[in-house]
Amino acid sequence: MISNLLSAADLTGADARQILDSAEQMDAIQARQVKKLPALRGRTVVNLFFEDSTRTRSSFEIAGKWLSADVINVSAKGSSVSKGESLRDTALTVAALGVDALVVRHASSGAVQRIAGWVDCHVINAGDGTHEHPTQALLDAFTLRRRLGDLTGRHVVIVGDLTHSRVARSNVLLLTTLGARVSLVAPPTLMPAGVAGWGCGTSWDLDATLAGKLAGPVDAVMMLRVQRERMSGGYFPTEREYAVGYGLSPRRLDLLPEHAPVLHPGPMNRGLEISSTAADGPRSVVLDQVRAGVAVRMAVLYHVLAGSDQPSTAGLPAVELAGASL
Amino acid sequence: MPAQPRSTAVPRAYAEPGKPVLQAEDLSRIIDRIAHQILEKTRGGQDLVLLGIPTRGEPLAARLAARIAAFADVEVGLGTLDITLYRDDLRSHAVRPLGRTVEPAGGIDGRLVVLVDDVLFSGRTVRAALAAITNLGRPSAVQLAVLIDRGHRELPIRADYVGKNLPTSVAQQVRVSLVETDGTDQVTIAGEPAELLDGTGERG
Repeated sequence: MISNLLSAADLTGADARQILDSAEQMDAIQARQVKKLPALRGRTVVNLFFEDSTRTRSSFEIAGKWLSADVINVSAKGSSVSKGESLRDTALTVAALGVDALVVRHASSGAVQRIAGWVDCHVINAGDGTHEHPTQALLDAFTLRRRLGDLTGRHVVIVGDLTHSRVARSNVLLLTTLGARVSLVAPPTLMPAGVAGWGCGTSWDLDATLAGKLAGPVDAVMMLRVQRERMSGGYFPTEREYAVGYGLSPRRLDLLPEHAPVLHPGPMNRGLEISSTAADGPRSVVLDQVRAGVAVRMAVLYHVLAGSDQPSTAGLPAVELAGASL
Repeated sequence: MPAQPRSTAVPRAYAEPGKPVLQAEDLSRIIDRIAHQILEKTRGGQDLVLLGIPTRGEPLAARLAARIAAFADVEVGLGTLDITLYRDDLRSHAVRPLGRTVEPAGGIDGRLVVLVDDVLFSGRTVRAALAAITNLGRPSAVQLAVLIDRGHRELPIRADYVGKNLPTSVAQQVRVSLVETDGTDQVTIAGEPAELLDGTGERG
């Protein structure tokens, strides 16, 4: 299994399926009265967030606590970072406190990978710049599996601000690993450079894609947030024009097959990339995605942290264990 | 039933390696007997819940529940209890995949829980199961039923219902096969009695 989770590309199909299967078991725990498991007792997890986050940080915190790890939150505001400490010094300082895992979010792409190279503990990427957000991709895949079953051969359409989206990149990597087909739809100005190498279809025409005219019938559609804070202007003329061309309107919702769920990683800009009809309708799984966040992050923490510290020690292969006399 | 050679269930101190110590017919007799014993010791199986420990405790619990229901007209709760997250040796092995936990309908609060597992060895699996149960609720009592008790306990734990006591050396492996999980019903012992532990022995 994995010792760090930096990119969705770190996961083989078997790894990803095992994490998603574990997440199913973790999810059942949320229904219990006592939501506490001893699996990570004595482990310390630090949430090192250099960028604001509500749902990712709090779900990582809850996930760690339900697995009995000690979880500490360090945010850039009010830390030594605001006194001018470098990224490397901050990471090494926190790691030197004896932590077992760092959960890192940073506004710069690649910052988490850099940190993983500096510290000895496990590192989990909770979103780096416009690069990757692997646990979001896992919880999206978890939500999709719940609705659609196995994802092999399924067709997922991702729509919106692809240039600035770490969610899109991680989702493309993970969904293709799990055997799904992905189509990306965005206006030309928001289509990332080098997208040809991502191994998925691209289009500028949302209506034709949703109607299944371009890449075959659609099994799910994921709307991405238009990241106003990253928009320095010039990507599209007006918000109104974007909404008309690429928003999931009630009319576009009707183009989708009956079984296809609507995903959105949140927070939503209602009326811009998604209409309230789509966001609140029966096909919307937006709240399911949030709910899956804790279970999926529990599964990730378990798989990264629970096992032996020496990777690939001589031990029984995990799957074999069931057959041994317990 | 056509006359079959009776299985040579081996009462000797160390069974011959590789040869089945229990065969299908022995297993079904043992399960019938334990079902009767459970009914006897639980005053007719009132408020009874069977919790199987994956992998092989799960089908064993289902079989026991079916036999109990056939012998007495009682509702037997049936569930599955995965104990992976409660193990005390998580750190010394590669990450284990999780089994599923299925809470019995009606929960376990105030009911009599019988844990069901295939082999009782060190007792650590049962300790983990007891910890797992406290997170599910508060049963009125917990009992333990195992198909094989092979000795070598490392914790003060004993079974209330034992299918067969099987004296083994620590180095040996007891392999329980069930139709549901392995396609056949039998119990075999692998390894020489005197064989040294090679360090990969999984004890539970």
